[in-house]
Amino acid sequence: MSTRVSIFVTCLVDQLFPKTGLAMATVLERLGYSIEFREDQTCCGQPAFNSGFRDEARTVARHFLKVFADADYVVLPSGSCTAMCSHHFSELFRDDPAALYQVHALEPRIWEFSRFLLEVAKVDDVGASFPGRVTYHDSCHALRELSIKQGPRTLLRKVRGLELVEMDTAEECCGFGGTFSAKFAELSGAMARTKVESIRRTGASAVVSIDSSCLMQIQGAMRREGLKVQALHLAEVLAGGAQ
Amino acid sequence: MKEITAIQPQLHPALDNPKLQLAIYTATGRLVDKRKGTVAEESLPDYQELRSQANALKRHAIDHLDYYLELFQRNVEANGGKVIWCRDGKEVVDFLLGLAKQRKSKVLVKSKSMTTEEIHLNEHLEEHGLEPVETDLGEYILQLAHEKPYHIVAPALHMTRYEVADIFEEKLKIEREEVPEKQTQIARGILREKFLEADIGVSGANFLVADSGAVVLVENEGNARLSTTAPKVHVAVAGIEKVIPRAQDLATFLKLLGRSGTGQPLTVYTSFLAGPRREGEIDGPEEFYVVLLDNGRTKVLRDADKRQALFCIRCGACLNICPVYRRIGGHNYPWVYSGPIGAILTPQFEGLDKNPWLPHASSLCGACGEVCPVKIEIPRMLLELRADIEAEKAAKGEDKLEKLGFQAWARLMSNPMLYRAASAAGSWVLQDAGDGGWASQLPFFLNAGPTKGWLSQRDLPLPAPKSFRQLWKDRLRQPPSSVPVRQQDATDEGHSA
Ligand code: SF4
Repeated sequence: MSTRVSIFVTCLVDQLFPKTGLAMATVLERLGYSIEFREDQTCCGQPAFNSGFRDEARTVARHFLKVFADADYVVLPSGSCTAMCSHHFSELFRDDPAALYQVHALEPRIWEFSRFLLEVAKVDDVGASFPGRVTYHDSCHALRELSIKQGPRTLLRKVRGLELVEMDTAEECCGFGGTFSAKFAELSGAMARTKVESIRRTGASAVVSIDSSCLMQIQGAMRREGLKVQALHLAEVLAGGAQ
Repeated sequence: MKEITAIQPQLHPALDNPKLQLAIYTATGRLVDKRKGTVAEESLPDYQELRSQANALKRHAIDHLDYYLELFQRNVEANGGKVIWCRDGKEVVDFLLGLAKQRKSKVLVKSKSMTTEEIHLNEHLEEHGLEPVETDLGEYILQLAHEKPYHIVAPALHMTRYEVADIFEEKLKIEREEVPEKQTQIARGILREKFLEADIGVSGANFLVADSGAVVLVENEGNARLSTTAPKVHVAVAGIEKVIPRAQDLATFLKLLGRSGTGQPLTVYTSFLAGPRREGEIDGPEEFYVVLLDNGRTKVLRDADKRQALFCIRCGACLNICPVYRRIGGHNYPWVYSGPIGAILTPQFEGLDKNPWLPHASSLCGACGEVCPVKIEIPRMLLELRADIEAEKAAKGEDKLEKLGFQAWARLMSNPMLYRAASAAGSWVLQDAGDGGWASQLPFFLNAGPTKGWLSQRDLPLPAPKSFRQLWKDRLRQPPSSVPVRQQDATDEGHSA
C-alpha cells in the first residue's frame, strides 16, 4: 500500500489559487503517494497570531490539531503556514500542556512541500519540464524560520528546459506581511515595487516561490506596474510537462 | 483600520520622496553588503559561535545586573573614579550642572552617545546656559540643524553633501562648500577650538567592564578619544545594561560590533578608559565619572523574556537590513531608537499605549533577527508585543472592531460547515468583478477597509470560481490519470484563479 499523505491546502490556496493545491497533489501522486484531503481543514491561525489575537489564533489552531491529529504526513504548499504549525504553535500553547502535547506530536509530521520532496520522497528530479528563464523568490518564513534556501533551487534546476537566474533581491521581503499589507499599504507597496524591479532586471518570464501569499503580493504589484511575468508556485512548475 | 489614517500620513515624508528613499536604500545597502563580507565563512569562520557566545554573555550579565554593577562600581572607585547613579535624565542634568558650576566652565565637548540623546541632554544643558558641542561630524551637523539622529550608528545618513553645505552656510555663516573633505576640515577647525576651551568631556559607553572598572568606547573619527582625554573632567553616561563581566569578553563583542555595524573587522579606535590620570601618566582627565542611568531600564528588566531587548550593543545592523527602516527612514520612529530595535525598545520604555502601531509596522520578515550579533529575537519580540498591545486594548475596550473581526473569523475557521458556506458565497459575489481573476478596482461598496488599502498599491486576486475543495470533489469523481495538468502558456499570467 502506498504511503498516505494528507495535504493541507492553506486558506489562501483554497480560495484564491486552487490550481496550486491541485498541482501539489499531482506531483505527490506521481511519486506514488496516496493523497487525502481532509474536508474539515480551514486555516492554521496565522493571521490572528501575527496580529496579536492569540485567543482567536488558538481557536483556529486547535481545530487544525484536531483535523490532522492522526495524519501520517501533512504536506503544505507554504513555508509560512508550515512555520506557524511547526514553530509558533508551541508558543501559542505554552501554557496549555495538553494542547502542547498534541503540538509536539504533530510537529515532526508537518512538512513544507519542497522539503518533503527532497527529504522524505528523496527526489530532486520529478520529471517536469518548463521552458524558459525563471527566478526564485525566497519567502521570508521559509528562508529564516525553516532555513529553506537551496532546496527549491535544486528542484528547479532539474526541470527540463528551465534556466534559473538569481534576482539581486531574492532574500528581501516582498512586503506582504499579512494584515501589514493593508494596514501599512504604501509601505508594503514600496517594498513590492523594489521586488518587481529586481524581477524585471533578470529578464525572467516567471517568478517562482513556495508561498502563495508572496506570489499574490508580487503578482498584484507586477500587474499594477505593467510587468508581464508569470508568478508561479513551485508545485505548478513541478507539475508541468511530465506524464 | 485606524492605522491607515493615523499612521500613513506620518510616514509620508519618506514614502512620498523617492529621492530620499533611494538615498536611504543605497546607503543602508552599502552597509549591508560590507557586513555580509566581513561575517562570511571565509573571513570569520566562527561567526555563529561568536553570536551565541555574545548572547550568553549578555544574558548572564543582564540576569545578574545587580552583581556586575556593584563590581563595576568597586573597580571604578579602586581606579580613582566615581560612579553616579541616576534614575532619569533630570538627575544626569543636575549632576552635570553641578559639575560645570564647580568648574566654572560653560563649554562641554561631547562624543556620540545615543544614551544622552535619549534624555535630550543637549537641550537641557542649553536651557541652563551651557554650551554642549557634539564632536562627531554627523552629530555636529545634526546639532547645527537641530535634528535628532537618523540612525543609531550613522546619525546623518540621510543628508547629502549639498544639504550639509546649506547648513554650514546658514549656521556658521561661511562661504558655501560642497566638497565633503573640505566640509570635514571646516568642522575640524571649529571643533579643535572647542576641545581646547572645554573643561568637561561627555561620552557615552559601548561597554562597561565590571572586572576592570573600565569604560570602552569604539569609534572611527578619534573625536571620542579627544573628548575623553583633553578636558580636565571626563563623564561617561551609560545605560546600566552596558555592563559586561570581564575584559576578556571584549574579544567576543569587538569582533562582532564593527563587522555588524559598518563591515569593519575592527573600528578605527577602541579606547579602554579606566579611571583618571595617574601619577606619571602624560594624558587623561583629572577626574573620571561614570553616570549609570536607569531611565526605564529596570522596568524593562521585570519581564524575563522581553528584557533581551537590553542585550543590544547598538551596532545598527538590524536597521540597515530592515525593509521598513529602508523605506521610511529614522525620523518616522517615535523615539531616538529607530528600526527594529526601536520597535521593541520603545513600547517597553514608553508604555504599550503610546505607539501601539509601532510593533505592527513590520512584515515580520525576520531579517533583523538574522543579523543581530547578540541574537535578540526581534521578530518574536514583535509578536509578543503585538499580543500584549491587543490584550491591553481589549481590557480597556478600545479598538473593538478588529477584535470583533478576528472573533468572527475564528468562529468561521473553526467551523468547517460555516467556512464552506462563506467560501461559496464569496466566490459568487465576486465572480464577475475582475479581469482574468484579478481586479485593479472594485465597486465602491467593496472598496473599503483592508481591500481599499490593498488596491491602493496593487491588483487583487479574486476568489476562484471553484475553490480547491470543490475542484477536489470533482477530481475524485474521475480517475487521477485523466486529470490534465495544464502547462501555463506565455499569455497566461499564471497563479491565477
Ligand atoms: S538589536 Fe541587535 S542588530 Fe539591532 S542594533 Fe542592537 S545589537 Fe545591533
